[in-house]
Amino acid sequence: MDNLLLMLAPLFSSKLLLVLFFGTLFGLILGVLPGLGPTTGGALILPFTMTLDPLSAIVLLTSIYCAGTYGGAITAVLINTPGTPAAAATCLDGYPLAQKGEAGRALGMATVSSTVGGIFSVVILVFFAPILAQLAYEFGQPEYFALAIFGLTMLASIGEGSPIKNLIAGAFGILISTVGKDFMTSIDRFTFGINELTEGIGFIPVVVGLFAMSEMLTQSTLINQVFNRIALKAIKLPSKDDYKKTWKTILRSSGIGSFIGVLPAEGGTVASLIGYSEAKRFSKNPEEFGKGSIEGIAGAEAANNAATGGAMVPTLALGIPGSATTAVILTGLIIHGVRPGPDLFREQPDFLYGIFGAMLIANILFFIFGFFGAKIFARITLVPNKILWPMIFAVSVCGTYSLNQSIIDVWIMLFFGVLGFFMRRYGFSVVPVIIGLILGELVEGTLRQSLVIFDGNWLMFFTRPIALTFFILSLIALAFPLIRSRKFKKKL
Amino acid sequence: MKNVQKQKRANNSLPFFFRDEFKVSLVIILISVALLITTFTFDIVPPILNRGIQPATFPKALLVLIIVMTLLIYYLATKNPWKVEKKLPRSFFLTLSSFVIFVVVSKSLDFFLAISALSIFVSYCWGEKRLFYLLLVGIIFPIIVFIFFETILGLRFPPGIITNIYYS
Repeated sequence: MDNLLLMLAPLFSSKLLLVLFFGTLFGLILGVLPGLGPTTGGALILPFTMTLDPLSAIVLLTSIYCAGTYGGAITAVLINTPGTPAAAATCLDGYPLAQKGEAGRALGMATVSSTVGGIFSVVILVFFAPILAQLAYEFGQPEYFALAIFGLTMLASIGEGSPIKNLIAGAFGILISTVGKDFMTSIDRFTFGINELTEGIGFIPVVVGLFAMSEMLTQSTLINQVFNRIALKAIKLPSKDDYKKTWKTILRSSGIGSFIGVLPAEGGTVASLIGYSEAKRFSKNPEEFGKGSIEGIAGAEAANNAATGGAMVPTLALGIPGSATTAVILTGLIIHGVRPGPDLFREQPDFLYGIFGAMLIANILFFIFGFFGAKIFARITLVPNKILWPMIFAVSVCGTYSLNQSIIDVWIMLFFGVLGFFMRRYGFSVVPVIIGLILGELVEGTLRQSLVIFDGNWLMFFTRPIALTFFILSLIALAFPLIRSRKFKKKL
Repeated sequence: MKNVQKQKRANNSLPFFFRDEFKVSLVIILISVALLITTFTFDIVPPILNRGIQPATFPKALLVLIIVMTLLIYYLATKNPWKVEKKLPRSFFLTLSSFVIFVVVSKSLDFFLAISALSIFVSYCWGEKRLFYLLLVGIIFPIIVFIFFETILGLRFPPGIITNIYYS
């Protein structure tokens, strides 16, 4: 009961309500703009959150996450380009339905299923995050090491790029985390005599570089691209018939999305693809999929929004990011001095339940904004890239500079922008780099401390049941893409 | 499907050292080897201070892992070549060179001027020829951002010809 009251706290704080309002609005705008999205947007807004208290900062980031994930559907339906990668599956049926003159119906279903999926996942978050945190009390250093390894091996199946390339990118992310003074012995590593590097490479320059700057370079290769935009009159709430057709799909996809979200490193993109394919599998009319099926939209949208709450479960309970955007939120928590994990649940329940409540309200807010303002948000896609991206550059540069007032950080950001562009060009996802960077210190620290406990005996890891379970899960995570591709080949 | 096969054939027809998979793998391996050599220059901690493993061991292991995985992707690519990427357009190289200009101008002249110059340059190169919009992205918007960071976030920008005038 107390916890429920804590969840309602954002409703009684005018400051938090204002933050939620702007966060949701900003998230929607970011979601609508192809190439931006909640991850890049979150990275851009991170330096600004330093002026806020930790709760307001994380509420801002989570509301951007929830609204941004939904916002991608607007662009997916109207211009056949997913505003966010998680909305890619929505294009498959959203755009064909819009072409039939039913854009309002498609967006209505996307809005309703996103809201239901989002709220469902917050309920999952409220119930499961404390249970997971409770379990994590049993974890020692070896268990955390095994858990971090499990989180990293999950990168093999994050959906974009080849599994090995994702693992290379993850290992590279961990390598970046080793730059600077070794946190146990204060020995310099990879500093090359540059003083600024002794403190290590910050999260913000890497995140902004890999997401925003690399996207700017990608956009520079697409300046002649023309979008065919379908006009939207008004969003229509789904009819009774539509509800009858889709309620099971929405509930199923909400469950799938929440589950996928809970898995470390997986996120809305994988969730929406699985939600969509399961909707097709269970549908009475699978032949309509790809031609404007309302079930297809419901399946994809409920799943990707359900992944938002799910992804927050490992992020808050274990400090392991559940998705790319939660990696940015985790960065936000760290720079505000909040260390996620079981202690957070015991020591700061008001903070945590404030976030849960804010996510719930953000889901309701984006429903209202989406329902009444989709037409206006759709117009944002008309802002030409030649005006938008130079502005994003100015914000990125100042934001990156602001954190440490260091020009070197800005150069590092540009370097990672160029690197991120080439990584993406050759099929390496940039998400594993961020997750590797975040988990790097945890992996190395827990490994070294475990070896101290075990007196240097590596085999002792396998005598700990929880650690052993995570190692087995890691092997399964590594084998999963292989099994999946064989199954897929058989189907073909 | 036919296009994909065509692309694959095109990639297969190239000598191995011109293929993307070779070039990418080579770059990763060369950088990894260079970094691996660097790890041998890290200080060694005396056993009494050393906790678990030496500071160089973990990065060494990571670099070896990266090299092994890179060899694996190259081996897999010999069986299933990567698709040939389109040539990068001129606008990409202009944007990339604007980053270099930004670094030079921000270091030698002024941080704010560098942002302005890059914004106008990129916007122009991407096809914006209308003066008002060039001024909007190159002058008006950076001023708004500058004032926002300066007054609300209390940020002090690095000295330069324009910022010095503002601060004096």
